[in-house]
Amino acid sequence: MKTIFEKSHPGRSTAYFAAAAPGEKPVSAYLPEKSLRAKPPGLPEVSELEIVRHFTELSHRTFSIDGNFYPLGSCTMKYNPKINEKIAAMAGFAKLHPLQPFDTVQGLLEIMWSLERMLAEIAGMDAVTLQPAAGAQGELTGLLLIRSHHQENKQDHRTQILIPDSAHGTNPATATLSGYKTVSVKSDGRGGVDLEDLKSKLSDKVAGMMITNPSTLGLFEENIREIADLVHKAGGLVYMDGANMNAIQGKARPGDFGIDVMHFNLHKTFSTPHGGGGPGSGPVACKKFLEPYLPVPRIVKDGSTFKFDGAQPKTIGKVKAFWGNVGMHIRAYTYIRFHGPEGIRRNAEHAVLNANYLMSKLKTRFKVAYPRVCMHEFVIDNTPYAKKTGVRTLDMAKRLLDYNYHPPTIYFPLIVHEAMMIEPTETESRETLDAFADAMLKIADEAKNTPDLVKKAPHTMPVKRLDEVRAAKNPNVKWCTPCDPPPPPEE
Amino acid sequence: MDYIQNTPADASDMLKSIGVKSIDDLFASIPEAVRLKRPLEIPPALPEQDLLAHLSALAARNRTFDAGRCFLGAGAYNHYVPAVVDALFSRGEFLSAYTPYQAEASQGTLQHIFEFQSMICELTGMDVANASHYDGGTALEEAVAMAVDHTERKKVVLSGGVNPQYRAVVKSLFKHLGATIVEVAQVRGQTPVATLKEAAQDAACIVIQNPNFLGGIEDVPAVAEIAHAAGALAVASVNPTALALLKSPGECGFDIAVGEGQPLGIDMNFGGPWAGFIAAKKEFIRGMPGRIVGETVDAEGKRGFTLTLQAREQHIRREKASSNICTNQALMALRATIYLETLGPGGLGRVAELCVQRAHELAEKIVKVPGVKVPFQYPFFHEFVAEIPHPAQTLTRLQERGFLGGLYLQPIFRDLRDHVLLCCTERNTSADIDAFVAALAESI
Amino acid sequence: MRPDDYKYSESHEWIKYNEKKKEATVGITDYAVKQLADLVHIDLPKVGDNIEQGAPFGEIESVKTVADLVSPLTGKIIEVNKEVGGDLDTLKEEPFEDGWLIKIKPSDPAELESLMTKKEYEEFLESSEEDDKEDGDKKEKDEDVDEDDFV
Repeated sequence: MKTIFEKSHPGRSTAYFAAAAPGEKPVSAYLPEKSLRAKPPGLPEVSELEIVRHFTELSHRTFSIDGNFYPLGSCTMKYNPKINEKIAAMAGFAKLHPLQPFDTVQGLLEIMWSLERMLAEIAGMDAVTLQPAAGAQGELTGLLLIRSHHQENKQDHRTQILIPDSAHGTNPATATLSGYKTVSVKSDGRGGVDLEDLKSKLSDKVAGMMITNPSTLGLFEENIREIADLVHKAGGLVYMDGANMNAIQGKARPGDFGIDVMHFNLHKTFSTPHGGGGPGSGPVACKKFLEPYLPVPRIVKDGSTFKFDGAQPKTIGKVKAFWGNVGMHIRAYTYIRFHGPEGIRRNAEHAVLNANYLMSKLKTRFKVAYPRVCMHEFVIDNTPYAKKTGVRTLDMAKRLLDYNYHPPTIYFPLIVHEAMMIEPTETESRETLDAFADAMLKIADEAKNTPDLVKKAPHTMPVKRLDEVRAAKNPNVKWCTPCDPPPPPEE
Repeated sequence: MDYIQNTPADASDMLKSIGVKSIDDLFASIPEAVRLKRPLEIPPALPEQDLLAHLSALAARNRTFDAGRCFLGAGAYNHYVPAVVDALFSRGEFLSAYTPYQAEASQGTLQHIFEFQSMICELTGMDVANASHYDGGTALEEAVAMAVDHTERKKVVLSGGVNPQYRAVVKSLFKHLGATIVEVAQVRGQTPVATLKEAAQDAACIVIQNPNFLGGIEDVPAVAEIAHAAGALAVASVNPTALALLKSPGECGFDIAVGEGQPLGIDMNFGGPWAGFIAAKKEFIRGMPGRIVGETVDAEGKRGFTLTLQAREQHIRREKASSNICTNQALMALRATIYLETLGPGGLGRVAELCVQRAHELAEKIVKVPGVKVPFQYPFFHEFVAEIPHPAQTLTRLQERGFLGGLYLQPIFRDLRDHVLLCCTERNTSADIDAFVAALAESI
Repeated sequence: MRPDDYKYSESHEWIKYNEKKKEATVGITDYAVKQLADLVHIDLPKVGDNIEQGAPFGEIESVKTVADLVSPLTGKIIEVNKEVGGDLDTLKEEPFEDGWLIKIKPSDPAELESLMTKKEYEEFLESSEEDDKEDGDKKEKDEDVDEDDFV
């Protein structure tokens, strides 16, 4: 398929604005000549019809939840309800300027204030900020809260953050960005945090621990209360990465099992669309003692009026311009109001049911890394196939594309070899799960009998396997030639 | 209410296949003491019809201003978005796609990101751009981080003309990393180049915004020179619409350009989601944060696109990563991509031209209102400062008459006590401007 | 392929010490190169930089990973291989000769004693592979898992 630059021809653009009227002064009458471009930027010129064809074709070359089952572990690719889109697009939300006076946005402030409270309840915590733009920003916000807390309590010697070796890459990256040193904690034979290793690493140098629960292996930390106790006794705080909240929402609350601060991923648990890589939204919930450090402004209710309050002397400041990804707040609010308490709880129950069912259909032919009841996801270890047939997890993933499935998450978490992490979510039907299991079993047979078919997959995609070495060695990250300039306006 | 497909009959079969009696058995690993034994205290479920009514009522309690009646900018701009942008953007394939880690199944996503990167490079005059950042403020913060890493210096010089929200973000995220942030205040809407020169010693970077927060065009080539003479990087925070007319930061000698993509067809959405962008000269490619799409070939020599240089990112580098960004704003970058490709250079140029013309028309007409002045003489793009009697009350009265009359500046700049920041875009017609000026006269 | 007279470190660097010139040439072993698979980039230090034993002196990147290059000795960097960055295949073909990375003037040649001989390095490689297997076996299992149970 051609890029838009190859479809460009000077003079082709559809016009959307009236041409210059006689008597209109040129821009050089207002702006110094030396600050102006010599010629227009080399952007493509195509007609509106060509734009429609171009993007329609692009949409056909991409997998999506709307088109395909997407059992990506840790990503919670559940159905993105259309009502969320319809509501978020309403003019009364979409057309609001972020600096409008607060009395002109009372409806929206009420949504944000209410969403904060609903998330606090789901978290089992006292205060929430909606400002972080994504999970990683939420993690950073959370660690900065912890840092402020220790600073105020003259605990500046606490320079380390403990992180399990199964953690998502953003966790240690965030620790570094917050000015901390990461100390890795081993996982034990059951896939949980190794308590002995944890004890050996606790000291008065530890500012806190980042933990994901359920873990990236899809397992609930059985020792979570002891882990939290140990960290607290050593003077540290516990941060929870809330990526896996889909498994426990309405069933258990992090604030009840020892977590001090956590983030949510609205684009996972609360169905806001992934959009090809974002936007996300990473609200942070915390216990009362961390509330004074939350980013400003806070949303407060004064009588029946909602306001922004920037007067928070101990705040960490702002992590993002304006107030957060408000469009995503509206979608998440709509989603939670649609579900109510029972719907939210049922989401967890059926996410876990679907995962265990799918696991039961695969476990005779695939080695489950931790073979016991899982939460919303489970991890397969494909070393048996890699050893016996030479077919690796990567190959099976590519072959699944030929069966019209987006593959599960591969090679994560790092502590499982040839890992494949499968999370069906609650919105899939049993037929879809059966069909996916069938495809996996077929691929298992193919690996045994016709391994080359799998090793050279995919065969039915717009492209075959891509040369990533070439892309990294000689990066070619933009179209090399600017498009020819438009013709001068007609006399 | 939910979107679960399993019926009780399905669930029953599935439980049998798993080998447990009930769904509760699947939650046995949660210690009894921490199980939630009551329903969540959130409002009861609303069926879709009631949900729509509830949200419509909330939307009705927000006041939207006609596009032509909006004279408020300050980092969020009201531009006309052709209908085709919404229509294509809302396709479910784009909305519900995941990050394109499986390149063969994501050529559509990868290609539109590649096109975005290319056009951002073209506008900014740079060699490499990433797939988007959260917003202009965090993109700036990442650019500063790149400069600090590259120069191994800890002093950051920020022009006071940089959007105050962005400066706040940079400060919050840097103060605990031991960096010193030096702000050089603007004088009468321009950043004094001599003061920047003094501050530049030992700096990791000098950051200037062009057009600046008060709308003014800065002497950017001079700033780039000063930065380089001091061994610092030159970082520009820019407006993409203005770049249709203004010399690109690349051409003016800057190393890194950042900005906010919201003016490119993205609804104001009360502040987000938008799409920040960051672009740089090619020697900085390995220090760039976030996702980058590269062109390559497949096993049969056919052209394809893939995420590249992933060894920079958190999922590989982990604690050695220089940025923790994972999810970005791909969907909003798509919207900007469709907008830019739809308008083309002529359309974007026309929008920028109209912005300049209308803003200057307003500046000319507004001084005819008694008591109103345009005190500063700097050249401006589409925003400028006006001095107005009793600004807070005047703005309120304008609001009652249906106008968003600009941003009162005193809360941000103490000495601008009676000053308001006004903005015009192509959406403000001459008739709108006349109506505004008349309403202003009444409101004072 | 591995020269007998070189020394080796646990982080898979090799060291060739020139007694007369009191200079050490350092590179990475064939094992390291194999582990990294598709190499795409290398970051090396500048001539004149000081380096400490055990501290990183650069980075090597493949498509899927990035790894530190760890200095086996304390001293000053006196030469850096300018060619290898442009032709990373050299590391695959000649890791012990043309694929050298830096030359160090060690401040404490006694540190060489702490490094491994070729024999010790090869024993070290064997025992690490066994450790990896053991770690894998540490996981709780109901019964012994055999490939044939699944494949």
